[in-house]
Amino acid sequence: MAENKGILVVAEFLNGKLAPITKELLGAGRRLAQDLGEPLSAALIGEGVNGIAPEAIASGADKVYVVEDALLKDYRTDAYVAVVEKLVKEYGARVILAGQTTMGRDLAPRLAFRLSAAATMDCIDLAIEAGSKKLLMTKPVYGGNARAVFTGDVLPYIATVRVKAMAALAPDAGRNGEVINVAAGLDAGAIRTSVLQKVVQEVAGIKLEDAAVVVSGGRGIGGPEGFKQIESLAKLLKGAAGASRPPCDSGWVPETMQVGLTGKIVSPDVYFAVAISGSSQHLAGCGGSKNIIAINRDAEANIFKEARFGVVGDWKKVLPALEAKLHELLGR
Amino acid sequence: MNIIVCVKQVPDPEAPPASFKIDPATNKVIPPPGVAPVISPFDEQAVEAALRLKDAKGGKITVISLGTNLLRDVVKKPLSMGADELILLEDPAYADGDSWSTAYALALAIKKVGQFDIVFCGRQAADTDAGQVGSAIAEILGIPSVTVAKKIEVNDSKVKVEKVTADGFDVIETSLPVLITVSNELGEPRYATIKGIMAAKRKEPIIWKPADIGAEPAQLGAAGKRLAMLKLFQPVKEGKCEMVTGENEEDAAANLAKKLVEAKLLS
Repeated sequence: MAENKGILVVAEFLNGKLAPITKELLGAGRRLAQDLGEPLSAALIGEGVNGIAPEAIASGADKVYVVEDALLKDYRTDAYVAVVEKLVKEYGARVILAGQTTMGRDLAPRLAFRLSAAATMDCIDLAIEAGSKKLLMTKPVYGGNARAVFTGDVLPYIATVRVKAMAALAPDAGRNGEVINVAAGLDAGAIRTSVLQKVVQEVAGIKLEDAAVVVSGGRGIGGPEGFKQIESLAKLLKGAAGASRPPCDSGWVPETMQVGLTGKIVSPDVYFAVAISGSSQHLAGCGGSKNIIAINRDAEANIFKEARFGVVGDWKKVLPALEAKLHELLGR
Repeated sequence: MNIIVCVKQVPDPEAPPASFKIDPATNKVIPPPGVAPVISPFDEQAVEAALRLKDAKGGKITVISLGTNLLRDVVKKPLSMGADELILLEDPAYADGDSWSTAYALALAIKKVGQFDIVFCGRQAADTDAGQVGSAIAEILGIPSVTVAKKIEVNDSKVKVEKVTADGFDVIETSLPVLITVSNELGEPRYATIKGIMAAKRKEPIIWKPADIGAEPAQLGAAGKRLAMLKLFQPVKEGKCEMVTGENEEDAAANLAKKLVEAKLLS
């Protein structure tokens, strides 16, 4: 096995480019690489991903491993774990970073056990301890009520990183990097799962993760009817509608609208939390918003501790009046 | 079908955030007075997934829980919902572990149970929020894993799983035996029935000590940890919310609209 040196980012893609989380990982990885004096690499795993290598270099990578194979078209646990295992054994890594995403959540634990190492999931801060070169990994625990800092002696460190927790670098097309093509070397028979179908249930309009304004409703909305009012305000503000977990679990709105620890992570300029109590698990998804506006009947609701502006009142009265006044003030 | 479900006793995640306290000397959570622990909610959904398969196909559900100070009323809940057997890995040697040492012990216990078609776990525990033990058990047992499932269908030796993704779901097929982690999108777990509660009261859990599962002491609990927690702390909240008021709720709402536009938050 190669020496445990360098940072390796496992990339993800969106519409033929690097996914935002991957650029964030490269940004975080660059800082760690600097502190260690070791190189930053990116693993581009998939089918037809070779063309993305220059973007990975521009985003901070010194080296890009391109692993292309028809068997890697869709993410599948057995195949991707085997490929990253191969890269680590051939080229070495001190730190392996992946996103806290559908892929990273699945990949990192299994990879960790394959490499007889350990993974730390959903990190929001990563730092190198001077001298010892240990990686200090900070992650929320207890549904966001607390944070824990982990480290260990077993290499490589494997960490998944929360979406939007790290800053990407400004892309620099002038950066130099090396592209290395690596054969996947997969045995089709050893890949035990197949993806029969990929079902997209995206809600129409602006994507939650990209919206500058998000209007979310909680348990207190009381049923699917009330979400029409939420959606109407979101539409007026050219934003997206979201929800905390209870409305999704109750089937009032689609699961893809869920903001929270087990849903989407959003960080809009303005986040309206309507009839949302502010559980830690919800705040894990919206705590990064620049301004939270809370509307809740309960003046003691936890959400007010997180908010910049708050109104204590029944959303059924507050929301229509708010929408009417904004309609007037914004001239639309 | 032989189904195994792994469940964890955790502090109640629905307890009010204000009651959450940490002892900085021990880096441990101080249990809030009067709030009983619960089965981690995703693990309850894993029990529900197992019960739905048992309803459809028949079979036996064995529940395994690892921990110390396991309250019988809490860990017996899966029995009262309809599970058949409860095995507790309860011993100080199992305590204060990490994903690695926990998965090691659970995998040994599963091997000792022997016959199984599916192992279910929750997608993550409500305390550590890690979501590693399921995949780790699968890796140790050398079986395929599908994580974050919301629907499971078994036909002969094949299983079809709907796996939750960021923008919908994937339909994934694999063969048995398999490990599946279950997410809240599966739907609400069923309530315990009176009959179930009575049966659970009469049923004594089977307790396996480290020697019973052939565990190496160096791999268990705190001794087997690969990661050390340096610090556990509560993030400081600024709490500077400006409460917007008015003559009535509608008036307050209009004032809020004015504030938001004046502060140039909306345009």
